[in-house]
Amino acid sequence: MRLNVIKTYKLYVGGKFIRSESGYTIERHSKDGEFLGHACKGSRKDLRDAVKAARSAQAGWAGKTAYNRGQILYRIGEMLEARSEEFAELMHAESGASLEECLKEVETAVDRCVYYAGWTDKLDSVIGTVNPVAGPFFGFSVPEPTGVVGIVADPSTALIGMLSQVLPVISTGNTCVVLPADDYPLTASEFGEILSTSDVPGGVVNILGGVQEPLNPHLAKHMDVNAISLSNAAADTEDLYVSEGAENLKRIRSGEADWMQPDAHSLSEIQKFVETKSVWHPVEA
Amino acid sequence: MANLQEKPTSSSRPKLNFGSKWDYAPAPESTAVVDIAPEYGQFIAGEFVPPSSGQTFETINPATEEVLSRVARGCQADVDKAVTAARAAYEGTWSKISAPDRGKYLYRIARLIQDRSREFAVLESMDGGKPIKESRDVDIPLVAQHFFYHAGWADKLEYAFPNQTVSSLGVAGQIIPWNFPLLMAAWKIAPALACGNTVVLKPAETTPLTALLLAKVIQEADLPPGVVNVVTGDGEAGAALASHPGLDKVAFTGSTEVGKAIRRSAKTRNVTLELGGKAANIIFEDAPIDQAVEGIINGIYFNQGHVCCAGSRLLVQESVHDEVVQKLSDRIATLRVGDPLDKNTDIGAINSREQYDRICSLVEAGKAEGAEFHQSDVPVPGKGFFFAPAYFTGVAQSHRIAQEEIFGPVLSIMTFRTPDEAVAKANNTKYGLSAGIWTDKGSRIFKMLSKMNAGVVWANTFNKFDPSSPFGGYKESGWGREGGAQGLGAYLEVK
Amino acid sequence: MSSLSLASLLSPGAFDRPVDQVGANERAAKFTKRSIKTEAKHQGLLMAISMIDLTTLEGKDSPGKVRQLCTKGIQPDPEDLSLPHVGAICVYPSMVRTAASALEGSGVNVASVATAFPSGQLALSERLKEVEQAVSDGADEIDMVINRGAFLSGRYQEVFEEIVEVKKACGPAHLKVILETGELESYDNVRRASHIGMMAGADFIKTSTGKVSPAATMPVTLVMLEAIREHYLETGRKIGMKPAGGIRTSKQALHYLVMVKETLGDDWLTPDLFRIGASSLLNDILMQLAKQRTGAYQSADYFSND
Repeated sequence: MRLNVIKTYKLYVGGKFIRSESGYTIERHSKDGEFLGHACKGSRKDLRDAVKAARSAQAGWAGKTAYNRGQILYRIGEMLEARSEEFAELMHAESGASLEECLKEVETAVDRCVYYAGWTDKLDSVIGTVNPVAGPFFGFSVPEPTGVVGIVADPSTALIGMLSQVLPVISTGNTCVVLPADDYPLTASEFGEILSTSDVPGGVVNILGGVQEPLNPHLAKHMDVNAISLSNAAADTEDLYVSEGAENLKRIRSGEADWMQPDAHSLSEIQKFVETKSVWHPVEA
Repeated sequence: MANLQEKPTSSSRPKLNFGSKWDYAPAPESTAVVDIAPEYGQFIAGEFVPPSSGQTFETINPATEEVLSRVARGCQADVDKAVTAARAAYEGTWSKISAPDRGKYLYRIARLIQDRSREFAVLESMDGGKPIKESRDVDIPLVAQHFFYHAGWADKLEYAFPNQTVSSLGVAGQIIPWNFPLLMAAWKIAPALACGNTVVLKPAETTPLTALLLAKVIQEADLPPGVVNVVTGDGEAGAALASHPGLDKVAFTGSTEVGKAIRRSAKTRNVTLELGGKAANIIFEDAPIDQAVEGIINGIYFNQGHVCCAGSRLLVQESVHDEVVQKLSDRIATLRVGDPLDKNTDIGAINSREQYDRICSLVEAGKAEGAEFHQSDVPVPGKGFFFAPAYFTGVAQSHRIAQEEIFGPVLSIMTFRTPDEAVAKANNTKYGLSAGIWTDKGSRIFKMLSKMNAGVVWANTFNKFDPSSPFGGYKESGWGREGGAQGLGAYLEVK
Repeated sequence: MSSLSLASLLSPGAFDRPVDQVGANERAAKFTKRSIKTEAKHQGLLMAISMIDLTTLEGKDSPGKVRQLCTKGIQPDPEDLSLPHVGAICVYPSMVRTAASALEGSGVNVASVATAFPSGQLALSERLKEVEQAVSDGADEIDMVINRGAFLSGRYQEVFEEIVEVKKACGPAHLKVILETGELESYDNVRRASHIGMMAGADFIKTSTGKVSPAATMPVTLVMLEAIREHYLETGRKIGMKPAGGIRTSKQALHYLVMVKETLGDDWLTPDLFRIGASSLLNDILMQLAKQRTGAYQSADYFSND
């Protein structure tokens, strides 16, 4: 019998798979006790680097055409679909949920990609406005990405929560740094591989790993992070982000959600991470 | 062809003479239209009631330093009463009346404000120091328009959020600043009521009088008691309101520092903030320069520079720097500083001694940092708080006067060479409220406006406002929008 | 001509500086918000009288009509001899002799429209002859029209050279160059034509003939005043401004004076550098002055209709 090769799971930062600068890892075992691999334990320096990568990728990502971003989001779905069984197996091993449930979760995730892929080039037409101002001016308002978003991944699901948080954020041109759920670092790392083969430019989505709690204060205080996405988070976590995030007025999305519902997606998820820009220009009489 | 003539050397450069050959006589607006009571109570549950503490404080005319009236000093007990009244009104009446009727109340308020517009304008200028020309032609008309605009939304809210469901929030606590006292009250109250909420409003300490007159108008409009409550006071009342557990919504306009504190102290997560700014007003060499100079004037000297979206950082392309500064210098020589009630006054009184001192201290900092200070030598009254229009040249991005909000008639001028440099400098700030772009080239306008990290971008104009145009900031300039369909989101639960 | 360097050709010059129409209108409207009362109003109205080019330009003009107008111009109100005389009487070339003799020694100038006013559609040689005749008949000032056809087809050099020729033909007479802004339409054109006129030798630039609508407006005049300002700052030469047509009330006249004062400064508040082409304006001013004097609103019946 052939000796199998055990995969090295890494952080995904700036489009590269890297080990944590800390050198710390966490041993991951399946519910049956089988060794799955080491998850890198992202440190605050990794967080710092990830935010830097997200910031430098932001203008370029927002500058792509909406059609292009839509195709890339759709491509994420394609790659996920193609590797759905493999993905489900890893999730099954990491979470202990049945293979069938995991497969269902991957399928829901693929559909979610398709949903948000379709929004990219419609958002401006749906929530942008022409403003009939009382004067000789043409006025319009357009949604624009907020900037760099910290995503504290939904702790209750391996894939669908995190993905449901990431997609609306990046659909408009934001970039993000993800703190994966403590229980599913390998699934998150594996998701990085999907992204890296989906034409998502490096730095648009950065995925750390390990434990959220020690990183939370650093993410909450980071002055170059413009918004935070929380999902099914503990009340004290939310309090931390509200009070520390106030220093640079981070926009915060929070609340409970059942991401496995087929319609657990919406325009308002996108709207939480856009700013409205209003423009005026004179019109000759 | 312009260059066929020999240019004079700089030493012999011709000068324009803005002297006193034809002086305008004083043209004071009469104050007969206003009737200021010696003392005002809080407006709670439809009645003016004395403050729980029995304490009052003076509100003065900043142009004369004379006391205009005494108003109630609100405290926790007053805020409690007001929130209770607002809650009762929300549950008892306001959430039950029909949407079209909500709209009709707002239309009624809009009309009553128009009826009493001169009274409001004079009172606003007396209490706050702004020139009557602005309170009469800008503030009060916009106030009426704001109510009129939002009145129409009351029964059409679902059109603002297609395919989503909307519902009112409940009781909103609203804290407003002293720079546009009545206008900010309108920006807060009109959308809140249109969306079906009730309100506790806390006007600024130095400018409570027009909010109290608005309370009277609201009484005349026969709005159900408690739908709008006004609690006057200082920071104590503001803090008590902001952190009140009985609120479903907190809305604040004011300084970034206080905004952050409110975000932290609010018991509700539903907070919208409209805070400070340090807007870049960017002038390219191909701009319509004479209109751009007017844009600079309007950008920084409008309302004594007490404007959060003021164009306080002028970024001018190096090739036209001297021309623009020359024209600006000539132009400010014609700005008249003085009695806010004089119809010819362009720059009125600084709102308070505290603000006057702050402007002076930042100006001193600018001088100490090495920027060159220029100030119009127009005559300024001896009494009251007045500051002649001024600007700094040779400002560096690292100077305090390039980073901090002066909130006075003082402009900081910097230069740039290329569009990308202009973008980098414009965005190099913690703020993101507004920006101005002046160029004749359409494609450059679109490039620039897409790159500005600012909630409002004025291209070839500046400081324009309209209730249909959403207003609000990026970054530390705020969270949420006021005005337009987008602004309704601040007062609704959208699902 | 050292200034014809590459640098000066490449730098954005006044000639091509764009004008934003909305901004110019907005600025012009602000002057009308000035409130001119009591002493300032009195002083402003007297100034306005001294700046009027009292005008008659009709097919039915006759020596009798022109003589009456001259009398009015010299002594606007027989009830108030302290009033100044107007700046000039403005007539067709055929009336110049009549006007010159009626105005002799009064200090009131004779202004004559010329160059095939108002259209200008005659051969240049004919237009020049007309100018020379008007000057030799006694005109102190010539109000010429520019070649709008040439201007609007981009033949700026031709427009420029014609003005140079007319200026030569004027000899000692002052030249006012009428842009006919109502036909130029855009403020960019107004600004450009202003600079051509000034560079070609105009002593004044003037908005309109009064035969085309719109005639003088506040914003158009503002754009021209700003061009004058630029020309002055560049060359040190003070060029005069004459809005004409449509200014009928005292209030309007005061608004224009406010605009001049706040755009060009005190130096331009003189008939040497600012004129208003008008006819009915004078009586409106007289009525306002009488109102100030007596406190009673006035009736047109009490003021001579010339």
